[in-house]
Amino acid sequence: MGCCGPGAELALLAPGVRGTGEEVLLASRIVTDGVRQTDLSVPTVHCGACIRTIEKALGELAGVESARVNLSTRRATVRWRCDGAPPPFIETLRQAGFESHLFDVEPDNGHGELSELIRALAVAGFAASNIMLLSVSIWSGADAETRDLFHWLSAIIALPALAYSGRIFFRSAWQALRHRRTNMDVPISIGVLLAFGMSLYDTTQHGPYAYFDASISLLFFLLIGRTLDHMMRERARLAVKGLAQLAARGARVEQADGKQVYLPVSEIQTGMTIMLAAGERVPVDATVTKGTSELDASLVSGEQTPVPAIVGTLLRAGTLNLTGPLTIVATATPDNSFLGEMVRMMEAAEQGRSAYRRIADRAAGLYAPIVHLTALCALIGWLLATGDIHRALTIAIAVLIITCPCALGLAVPMVQVVAARRLFENGIMVKDGGALERLAEIDTVVFDKTGTLTLSLPRLIASDGMDQEAIGIAAALASHSRHPYSRALVEAAAGFAPSRIVFNEVSEHPGFGLEARSGVMSYRLGRPEWALAGLADARRMSGDKSVLLSKNGSRLADFRFEDFLRADASKAVSELKHAGIPVQVVSGDREDAVAEIARQLGIPYFAAVLPAGKIAHITALEASGRKVLMVGDGLNDTPAFVAAHASMAPATAADIGRNAADLVFLRESLSAVPQAISVARNARWLVRQNFALAIAYNLVAVPVAIMGYVTPLVAAVAMSASSMLVVANALRLGSPRKIVPRAGADAPLSAKAVMEAAE
Amino acid sequence: MKDYFYLIPIALAIGVTALAAFMWSLKNGQYDDLKGAAERILHEETDTPIERPRGHVDNR
Repeated sequence: MGCCGPGAELALLAPGVRGTGEEVLLASRIVTDGVRQTDLSVPTVHCGACIRTIEKALGELAGVESARVNLSTRRATVRWRCDGAPPPFIETLRQAGFESHLFDVEPDNGHGELSELIRALAVAGFAASNIMLLSVSIWSGADAETRDLFHWLSAIIALPALAYSGRIFFRSAWQALRHRRTNMDVPISIGVLLAFGMSLYDTTQHGPYAYFDASISLLFFLLIGRTLDHMMRERARLAVKGLAQLAARGARVEQADGKQVYLPVSEIQTGMTIMLAAGERVPVDATVTKGTSELDASLVSGEQTPVPAIVGTLLRAGTLNLTGPLTIVATATPDNSFLGEMVRMMEAAEQGRSAYRRIADRAAGLYAPIVHLTALCALIGWLLATGDIHRALTIAIAVLIITCPCALGLAVPMVQVVAARRLFENGIMVKDGGALERLAEIDTVVFDKTGTLTLSLPRLIASDGMDQEAIGIAAALASHSRHPYSRALVEAAAGFAPSRIVFNEVSEHPGFGLEARSGVMSYRLGRPEWALAGLADARRMSGDKSVLLSKNGSRLADFRFEDFLRADASKAVSELKHAGIPVQVVSGDREDAVAEIARQLGIPYFAAVLPAGKIAHITALEASGRKVLMVGDGLNDTPAFVAAHASMAPATAADIGRNAADLVFLRESLSAVPQAISVARNARWLVRQNFALAIAYNLVAVPVAIMGYVTPLVAAVAMSASSMLVVANALRLGSPRKIVPRAGADAPLSAKAVMEAAE
Repeated sequence: MKDYFYLIPIALAIGVTALAAFMWSLKNGQYDDLKGAAERILHEETDTPIERPRGHVDNR
């Protein structure tokens, strides 16, 4: 156990996590000559002592050059000399009490974008403060000579800052214009550039007014909003990515000459023979040629009960091999495997969906023409009235500056950043602001069953014939197996005193159960007829939810299991129903299993639905005018995520599903769903308020500007005031009366939250 | 008026120095692990063996 609390639970979350030398080698990259770098995700690291322990443990390994822990991202970076096999990082960390897994360092463009934003923000901040200092002297009544000098100085500072910090907006505006669309960045760019251009002209003409301060502080304010928005998404992305890497990275392939090599998944070809150990995931679609085992297909098809695998069984990629080693022959390449098929279905669904336009862009689409038309009218009006082209231009540009959507540009991101923060504290990750907007619009919720409404582990039903000693023996036996029933037994026995019986020899018989010897006693835990009769050829039963513990062939105890509803599932469902949101279950599991859960929750159900059926179901709902939120965890739900208006996945979902979902919740409780919807709706309400504030501000400011009363000082005060107002309004979302957080939910995401999800 | 000729350049130079220092620290990775840095200051290597922090379970 690590110094920072439970580490064992994560092992339950990721039974398939391995870290063989070959895998480490595949996941590492060359830094310099002879030195490789490996990144490990260590979700349980959370204090200074952990850092020391990990760095010391890794640093003492032979061949390790340096080891450094990043506490913020919960990652360890190890550099090692690759003269031989990689050092056993993962085993070493496990001995030190930390579960870890290999982390794929992607070509990191997300981080580059963030640092570009921060650099642009720093430059804009520097320029804005210096220009503002000069401007204050001008406003305080500097004489003409000094004013000109200060204007020139401002221009010299503003030009590089505008070029450097402004390009983020110019680039996006140009992209939009090239595709004949407008977004918020178009009026921003036009306003900033015109203000700078006119001020530069006025400076050369020794004019009294220059708007350098306005154009640069506008950039500064907007960059603050944009940087916060980006940081929020980055944090959610990292938190989701750091959860677990369950997918098989490679597989042990037996070659024609009998030699075994470890190949990355992408190099596996049809017809290759793969050795699949217990606890590994099937890398590509395959058929069993040797061995018997049981398979956990809950992430693939939604079937809760393990299915037996014998020679000839067809395996789908992503299925977890539970109990015995298998020899399998690949029947498809990775691209044509189940996973690849799901990706193709996702892409097809993506094309069918019309692109969602963000609310800010829709507002900009209305706003930009109105503002530009007003400025044009002011220009023509003043030109006709006075015949003074410079005067008319000055006023038209003042209109553009004063209406420049500082408040509008902040109105949406500020609210969404605060909302994402609220959700983050409750263990819910939001991928981006658009997801919140879409979530606020949904009016139907479709749940998957296995792993979403129910937990992936079944629960032991308490019965009267059960004594503590029997549970203790059963749990001691069960701790040798990965079978879900075994894990449920171990969990149920956690509160009791451990059994004193010492087993000499424990063996697992895939499809039947566990057998152990203790002296002359022989214990069996498994299928009732096998445990009692000892007949190895007893008929296998699939879907039977009970196991029996026997001693020397006589019955000791029965254990029955049931699907276990996720915490607060019925509360969450009734909350949704109260809010007028219909709820359904669409599952790939068998009819009776789904019907039982649907009956407990009192909601309609659709059972034995294939992935394509899930898409069709959701598309039909969307076509009838509903906006659907899909909540699911399996590979088979992933295409449906894309077809739905918004999607949510628990932390235990398949990698691809977690990456495709708009929101990911880390805690066990299903009340994350109504919570997220409620926060999203509050956010939508505040965004609308902010828009109303911005419009009210413009209704006052625009006439003043048209009449020609806007000096740089008035512009600076008005813009700052409206921005502050909008930000202050956004912060109101932080008030806890809007949403009741769970007890202890105030702490920011910690290892605890991740652990809660894993439990 | 002539005061400006050295006062303003000095003011700007100070600002530019600060900006350059920030840019350098950003590029140097000084902000990559703020939480870790806050913890590390308590656990810097010393000449004497560091005792395991109290209240923590031994990791070995």
